[in-house]
Amino acid sequence: MNPDLMQAITSGLLLGFIYSLVAVGLTLIWGVMDIVNFAHGDFLMLGMYTSYVLYTFFGIDPLFSIPVAGALLFVVGVVTYRTIIRRILDGPMLIQIFSTFGLMIFLRYVIFAVFKPDYRSIQKTLLSGTFRIFGVYVGIPELVAAAGALVTTGIIFWIMNYTKTGAAITATAENREAAQLMGIDPDRIFSLSWGIGGAAAGIAGALLANFFYIFPEVGGVFGLTAFVVVCLGGFGSIHGAFVAGILVGLVESLGGYVAPPEYKHIFVYSIFIFVLLVRPRGLFGVT
Amino acid sequence: MNLTGLFLIRKEELNLRSLLFTLGGVFLALAYPFVFRKPFPQDLLIKVLLFAFLGNAWNILGGLAGQVSLGHAMFFGLGAYTSTLLFLNFGVSPWVGLVAGAFLAGVVSIILGYPSFKLKGHYFAMITIAFGEVFHILFRNVDAVGGASGLFLPILDESFGNFYFGVNKIPYLYIILSFYLLSTLTIFLLDRSKVGFYLRAINSEEDAARSLGVNSALYKSVAMFFSALFTAMGGTFYAQYVTFIDPPSVYHLMLSIQIVLIVILGGVGTLFGPLVGAAVLIPLSEFTRIYLGGTGRGYDLIIYGLLIIVFAVYQPTGLMGLIRRRK
Repeated sequence: MNPDLMQAITSGLLLGFIYSLVAVGLTLIWGVMDIVNFAHGDFLMLGMYTSYVLYTFFGIDPLFSIPVAGALLFVVGVVTYRTIIRRILDGPMLIQIFSTFGLMIFLRYVIFAVFKPDYRSIQKTLLSGTFRIFGVYVGIPELVAAAGALVTTGIIFWIMNYTKTGAAITATAENREAAQLMGIDPDRIFSLSWGIGGAAAGIAGALLANFFYIFPEVGGVFGLTAFVVVCLGGFGSIHGAFVAGILVGLVESLGGYVAPPEYKHIFVYSIFIFVLLVRPRGLFGVT
Repeated sequence: MNLTGLFLIRKEELNLRSLLFTLGGVFLALAYPFVFRKPFPQDLLIKVLLFAFLGNAWNILGGLAGQVSLGHAMFFGLGAYTSTLLFLNFGVSPWVGLVAGAFLAGVVSIILGYPSFKLKGHYFAMITIAFGEVFHILFRNVDAVGGASGLFLPILDESFGNFYFGVNKIPYLYIILSFYLLSTLTIFLLDRSKVGFYLRAINSEEDAARSLGVNSALYKSVAMFFSALFTAMGGTFYAQYVTFIDPPSVYHLMLSIQIVLIVILGGVGTLFGPLVGAAVLIPLSEFTRIYLGGTGRGYDLIIYGLLIIVFAVYQPTGLMGLIRRRK
């Protein structure tokens, strides 16, 4: 096979695992409470800056920042729910959309004001380097990030499907009143969903920080891509988001292979538009 | 809290007093440039009126029909690029370009809107983001339309026919004022017409409206058409006023958001909400930029973000809601 094509497929797959993790966090919140978190990409951005700050000021390798970013964004998620989301849960849709939009703009430009719009990157980490296999170059940070994303997605999948907490979250998503009658406190579940969703984005950001440019608006592209993934996978479906994340990673990478790379996002958005119009419930969504 | 199912302007507000207020407001706007003779305050009012106009345009679709579009920058960009490209390539008058751009945006809005109208709530909002981003990427990368470096309008003789007045801001002010008044009158008439009733019905209970035989896709398309048409006019005005356009200034998602923000701040589905919202937000952002030395620092956007959150949480009916409650 053409080595360039092989390279594109490999890069697409590796990026796809990250997309999956970002989207899993988004779809969880969406599925449980029918709220779209437009600030999700910026949660990821905060995860990246967590790594950056720990590396620049304390010399901590980004590999060890991953749990810190996860914990920090868990807290950010919970605080977001408690201060904003809880108050607009029963509000009109436009207000729900705009409250998280406001959060997105706020987070993005606070970081912008503090760190300037510069593109930054973390150099000389424990994971630097590339290796060559079957004529394809694989970056070690990319590979580790993909593996980390896969493991984290797996943990969330396990929580959702094999623990009592996961069952409570699923129950609340399906029928809030019935869950309440079973003694589940929806407020706690919502809070927890925002925590897990935020942590997923934060961990994805910390994984990306090993090799990706860090800048205040980085969340924009990842946030929009996460919407595409969630929509393709089916709103609220965790395994849907997983499969769709890999597909979108491949489409983006192959789009940049068959057409000039500037146009690669057009392929991604086209899938999004196509799925919304033709199969709005996505690949694995339930009607 | 119900934002739907109301007239944009209530019956009890339709009286001589409101009319006098409106006429007084128009008079003040006409006299303004003779009181404030410096370029800065004149530029400020032009921007306020431009955004009030764009807010009005958005309100036709978002406030009347209840369809939240987060991609209106694409119509703004189409208007700006159509008139500019027609002028640069064929020497077509910007006034003809204005009509052409508005019509093109209207047609595009129906082509994109018609299949999308079956999507509800978030989903419609998200598909409009995707459409907007596709336009942004295309215009950024196609060199025939200027690509990432954008398009400059050459300096022309200052005349109404050329839609160019150099540093004299008064004609621009009067043109955007008449655009704003035209859109306000259109919304007022639309709101009171049969179509307005259908749109309000679709807004508050779409399934019920359809079961009573209201062709919801048709009336949403009508709303979208007018909404896109006016937005594109704003785009042409912007191009003629600033004489430079590029994708980040006319196709950016933040522009789409800013338009909606102005409406939310003023009050969704109110006749004068967009004007109130623009009159608060535009000076606020200009002054933070000046006094916090924030050009390129994004301080104004931090305040934007906070304002949105505070309004969403505490005052979802906007400033008009505050004004109405006090009465």
